[in-house]
Amino acid sequence: MYSEKVMDHFNNPRNVGEIPDADGIGSEGNPVCGDMMKIFIKVDEEKITDIKFKTFGCGAAIAVSSMITEMAKGKTLDEALAITKESVADALDGLPAQKQHCSNLGAEALHKAIEDYKNKQSG
Amino acid sequence: MKKIYMDYAGTNPTHPAVLDSMMPYFKEHFANPLSIYEPALKAREAIENARQSTASLINAKPAEIIFTSSGAESNNFALKGIAYANQKKGSHIITSRMEHHSILNTVRFLEKSGFRVTYLNVDNNGVIDPSDVEKAITDETILISLIHASPEIGTIEPIAEIAKITNKKGIIFHTDAVSSAGNIPIDVKELGVDLLTLSAHQFYGPKGAAALYLKEGTRIIPLIYGGIQEGGRRAGTENVPAIVGMGKAAELAESEMMDRIKHLAPLRNKIISNTLNKVKKVMLTGHPKERLPGHASFVVEYIEGEAMLLLLEGNGIYCASGSACTSRALKSSPVLASIGVPDHIAQGSVVFTIGQETTEEDIDYFNETFPKVIGKLREMSPFTKGWEGLEDPECTAKK
Repeated sequence: MYSEKVMDHFNNPRNVGEIPDADGIGSEGNPVCGDMMKIFIKVDEEKITDIKFKTFGCGAAIAVSSMITEMAKGKTLDEALAITKESVADALDGLPAQKQHCSNLGAEALHKAIEDYKNKQSG
Repeated sequence: MKKIYMDYAGTNPTHPAVLDSMMPYFKEHFANPLSIYEPALKAREAIENARQSTASLINAKPAEIIFTSSGAESNNFALKGIAYANQKKGSHIITSRMEHHSILNTVRFLEKSGFRVTYLNVDNNGVIDPSDVEKAITDETILISLIHASPEIGTIEPIAEIAKITNKKGIIFHTDAVSSAGNIPIDVKELGVDLLTLSAHQFYGPKGAAALYLKEGTRIIPLIYGGIQEGGRRAGTENVPAIVGMGKAAELAESEMMDRIKHLAPLRNKIISNTLNKVKKVMLTGHPKERLPGHASFVVEYIEGEAMLLLLEGNGIYCASGSACTSRALKSSPVLASIGVPDHIAQGSVVFTIGQETTEEDIDYFNETFPKVIGKLREMSPFTKGWEGLEDPECTAKK
């Protein structure tokens, strides 16, 4: 059902955890639907220096979370904002069609975390 | 790594003696049972022997057994066949929220064709209250169909008690016994039902063989028209090897039943007690006592079922779940909703069903592994102590 890359990220997820003094937190999804993810970022000079995730969900949701943390780490905020659902799915060598809609929430969660950081900066 | 199959509710492996009994009917005894030459008579005789064994398993008469291709076919046949045979008497059907899709989707079809259907609720253990059946009966009621035992939560329903009511009122009563027949003792006379569905692959028989018990004197409209096979009630050249296999499986199930139950129940109890003792925020689904001997099902909070299945498979354990993500329709099991499990908790559904090949060592390994799998997924979960931030009680994303 899943690609080798999805299974690798599911079995050995990267960057699991929380950042207690995170500069931005974003969450997306609803456990009632079966998937919810939370992304924590640390930002220094407009660059994501650290990123962690916590996810409730299926294999695809966990693999997406893990992959997006790898993709976003070390990137500038603009580069991170350019990450999309599609680019995460591509990096995982594809997701089953029925998972693309409900479990691929990483990009939204990441974008929300960046938004949260920006709001805090301007506020 | 050793593989441990814990999805017997999905299907059973075919018993080696069953497979052996089938082989001659692919080879030397391949002839069409309707023909009149010697090899055909051999095939016909084999079908009648299988009918005898299948009838004996549930204490029916051979003439009361109609062979079909699957539990789903038997369920379709029972509902459509009885509804259309009795539509002049009334148009009301009673069923429950515990049923298999082959019942629910068939009654939905009948609803579209003008029949009215009542869906009975169940209690938190999934038990149908016989007094609810009595209350739902009207002058228009022609058929009641209720599941005997749930493959999802293991609960065994009080069918005999309900049959007392249906018999008193003279209403035809069907039970879907796919998960129970061949696994726990069934006597159709004691159960008091008019129709009963059973399926061979649920008791170590082959797939593609099932039966409908139809009490003598009960009128039914065929589902499949054609030749005179099965007394004209189910046309189509008989699947002789599969029917022979079903007969053999029924014979073995009848003679070994008590030993099989003695093997399963203590192992099942070990799964349940270990899981409930070692893991917090986990609940057994279904009735704690009145349940299938090889059935242990849970909902585990804060994690999701498909992820559990994948991680268990990574540890060599095959099992099932009623979570939305494991279903192709992306909807969590309606049975879990019917026993009052909220949708977000139903996502953590996991079902373990064991069989004769399951060993004590398998269960020891399972009991060691399952809490670790839960622990690993909970480490990743944003929920640890409660369902913080659970705002929207409805899933709107998928609509």
